[in-house]
Amino acid sequence: MTEQKKQRSPIETGAPDGFQYMHPTMRKNFGQWKWHDHPKPGVLRHKAESGDEIWTIRAGTQRILDVFTLRTLCDIGDKYADGFVRFTIRSNIEYMVKDSEKVEPLIEALEKEGFIVGGTKNSVAMISHTQGWLHCDIPGTDASGVVKAMMDELIDEFKNNEMPNRVHMTTSCCQINCGGQGDIAINIQHTKPPKINHDLVSNVCERPSVVARCPVAAIRPAMVNGKASLEVDEKKCICCGACFPPCPPMQINDPEHSKLAIWVGGNHSNARSKPTFQKLVAAGIPNNPPRWPEATAIVKRILKVYKEDAKDWERINDWIERIGWPRFFELTELPFTKHHIDNWRGGRKTLNSSAYIRF
Amino acid sequence: MKKHDTPMLDELENGPWPSFISGIKRLRDTHPETRINEMTNDLLGQLEHSYETRKGYWKGGTVSVYGYGCGIIPRFSEVGDAFPKSKEFHTLRVQPPAGNFYTTQSLRDLADSWEKHGSGLVTFHGQTGNIMFIGSTTDSTQHFFDDINEKGWDLGGAGPCVRTAMSCVGAGRCEMSNVNEHKAHRLLVNNFIDDMHRPALPYKFKFKVSGCANDCMNSIERADMSVIGTWRDDIKVDQEEFKAYVGLKGRKYVIDNIVTRCPTNAISLNDDDSVTIDNQNCVKCMHCLNVVPKALHPGDDKGATILIGGKRTLKIGDLMGTVIVPFMKLESEEDWDRLVEIAEETIDFWADNALEHERCGEMIERIGLVNFLEGIGVEVEPNMIANPRESSYVRTDDWDDEAVKWYERADAKKDTA
Ligand code: HEM
Ligand code: SF4
Ligand code: SF4
Ligand code: SF4
Ligand code: SF4
Repeated sequence: MTEQKKQRSPIETGAPDGFQYMHPTMRKNFGQWKWHDHPKPGVLRHKAESGDEIWTIRAGTQRILDVFTLRTLCDIGDKYADGFVRFTIRSNIEYMVKDSEKVEPLIEALEKEGFIVGGTKNSVAMISHTQGWLHCDIPGTDASGVVKAMMDELIDEFKNNEMPNRVHMTTSCCQINCGGQGDIAINIQHTKPPKINHDLVSNVCERPSVVARCPVAAIRPAMVNGKASLEVDEKKCICCGACFPPCPPMQINDPEHSKLAIWVGGNHSNARSKPTFQKLVAAGIPNNPPRWPEATAIVKRILKVYKEDAKDWERINDWIERIGWPRFFELTELPFTKHHIDNWRGGRKTLNSSAYIRF
Repeated sequence: MKKHDTPMLDELENGPWPSFISGIKRLRDTHPETRINEMTNDLLGQLEHSYETRKGYWKGGTVSVYGYGCGIIPRFSEVGDAFPKSKEFHTLRVQPPAGNFYTTQSLRDLADSWEKHGSGLVTFHGQTGNIMFIGSTTDSTQHFFDDINEKGWDLGGAGPCVRTAMSCVGAGRCEMSNVNEHKAHRLLVNNFIDDMHRPALPYKFKFKVSGCANDCMNSIERADMSVIGTWRDDIKVDQEEFKAYVGLKGRKYVIDNIVTRCPTNAISLNDDDSVTIDNQNCVKCMHCLNVVPKALHPGDDKGATILIGGKRTLKIGDLMGTVIVPFMKLESEEDWDRLVEIAEETIDFWADNALEHERCGEMIERIGLVNFLEGIGVEVEPNMIANPRESSYVRTDDWDDEAVKWYERADAKKDTA
């Protein structure tokens, strides 16, 4: 009489209600906030119509949290704040307290444990990152490591408010770009077509859907050594890697030829101008673990010029819009190449069809 | 347990930013459970191997929990012989509370369950918004899920389905907020919970909700359906506060940083340092409110703008969302029902008409906005465009009929007004 253990059916509750976890002062004044100010880097004060205040202290973490670190963050929250936290879209932790006296002890406790208070307003915010070698199945580089190495170098800009406006950076470890648009984005850029393991293709890949995946129709079915496989028209191939996730035998990652590229001027906000996509400014940068110094050096160079040359409130896209691309390349001393000129569908609208030239 | 040498990863323990490598080593060296010590040791070993060879060694597979078709990202090691204890290292995507609020107690509960069953590594949050529990074996996946599901946590999406949504802190703290972001977030995803847990759509579909045009959730560029709070009456001005700001910063600063930065030249600085806003031409971009949050506030007649079709690179290139509804109120139950209805119409039409692996925005690009609007029963209107057609290649034989429709709609609007 073997009784099979009955499987438990899931409770399909979906997204939980955040209200149950919200600080009572925030619950009480929900939708009734009047203004905020920014007493110091990493600290925001919001004032409600009722006169209540809520103080927010923001801190950067390593994002990949071990349970010990998570509990340390909780301990600090219990001891120095009111036990309420939230996370920002860039994986910073925020503590909310009602009384201003709690702010300084909280900052002290966070800094004592090695967390970095900052990331508000016109700082270089935490780099939003993807998964990389730690746990994705298609990455050309690591994500957490790149971010750690860069934030070590940018930490003063995170802790201070010395940029013209906020700088949102992202990384992506394949050309799918889970990291998204950024004022500065550091993304993998493959430079060689996939290497195909023809012995595996017919077992592992659904060939028609792989063929359909290619944005430039460079893949076609082929018989190789008597086996059904795929072949790539290497002249047409743009090395995007889109065929790799559905067909792992089409290996796109290459220790030497998967490079990093840097893009600037992506901006999600509608403030001052409509949201913008980022633009390629540098490529061919070595993918050089464990600290990626070449990529960091270029990022720092761009940030330095932006900090010196942009006006208050100009995001990187606003700044370049004002000074023009020739000056951007001049100031950053990055080479301008034929690869900067867009030849993808609709790319012609990115050309200068006017007599507007700056001298 | 023999510890793997990790000379490259060790270099990521240098420097002032908190180190994830130090965190993983803490699990390896000080966690009371041998299972976790061994698993994180082999994880570090494999990661070091990736750093040395500049290649990834995870492959996908199929792992799920009973009753659901997705939500787990299976990871099997290709070098599992060398690193056997982390050879299964799946990620569970768990939906966050709207607004990403937690109590320390709720985090401790999650940590307790996770160290019982998983690796002890977790991220708040992934780029789509999930809490990512990184590193469970095939067997422990179900146990961990059962544990946290009993405490009110549910899996998110993966694959061709409705994905986990995100909403900004919004009305919880931010004076720029124009909608109940958290209600919109939960109403939308929780209405499609079946489409989230049982992937059967052409591809992924994401909702994101931002309370104003600052769009802190990046919704226009990253969401198939973006809900953005706005208002349609006048910006509220506290003239005394504004004058105080001019006094503090000077007229030149205010002209250079507020007046001339308004995208529609809707702001004038008056001779007495007060401000006049041409509200009809203000596009609610949020810039001036961001600069002087004490003096300028969103109006009272609040609601939302809906855009459809944002996405990243694959396959035709990045797309921003397109305005489908310039303004709708989100107050009464009927308003909220209408929001859900727009989402339903969109997903139904897209599910019926998209090619395999085609995002909603790509479908619109292929079939044209007009066909999409007809499919979801929304009338054309000029807020949907940046400018009218530039190409003369168009057939206009039914122009008069279309013009009549426009006038009829305009009359109907007048009658209800
Ligand atoms: C093998 C396949 C893939 C893996 C393992 C993967 C993994 C991930 C993960 C873990 C996230 C964060 C998820 C979260 O917050 O829960 C993410 C987000 C994202 N993925 Fe992927 N992904 C894959 C394929 C793709 C593809 C094919 C695309 C594009 C078409 C894509 C586009 C994105 C984007 C745009 C985001 C961020 C979205 C947002 O901000 O809402 N991914 N991916
Ligand atoms: S950017 Fe690419 S490689 Fe990196 S996590 Fe996303 S899908 Fe994986
Ligand atoms: S890498 Fe991209 S362009 Fe090249 S074959 Fe694969 S899908 Fe096509
Ligand atoms: S999107 Fe607007 S309402 Fe939401 S948090 Fe950002 S500024 Fe506030
Ligand atoms: S919100 Fe934007 S468009 Fe409106 S007045 Fe202010 S700066 Fe101008």
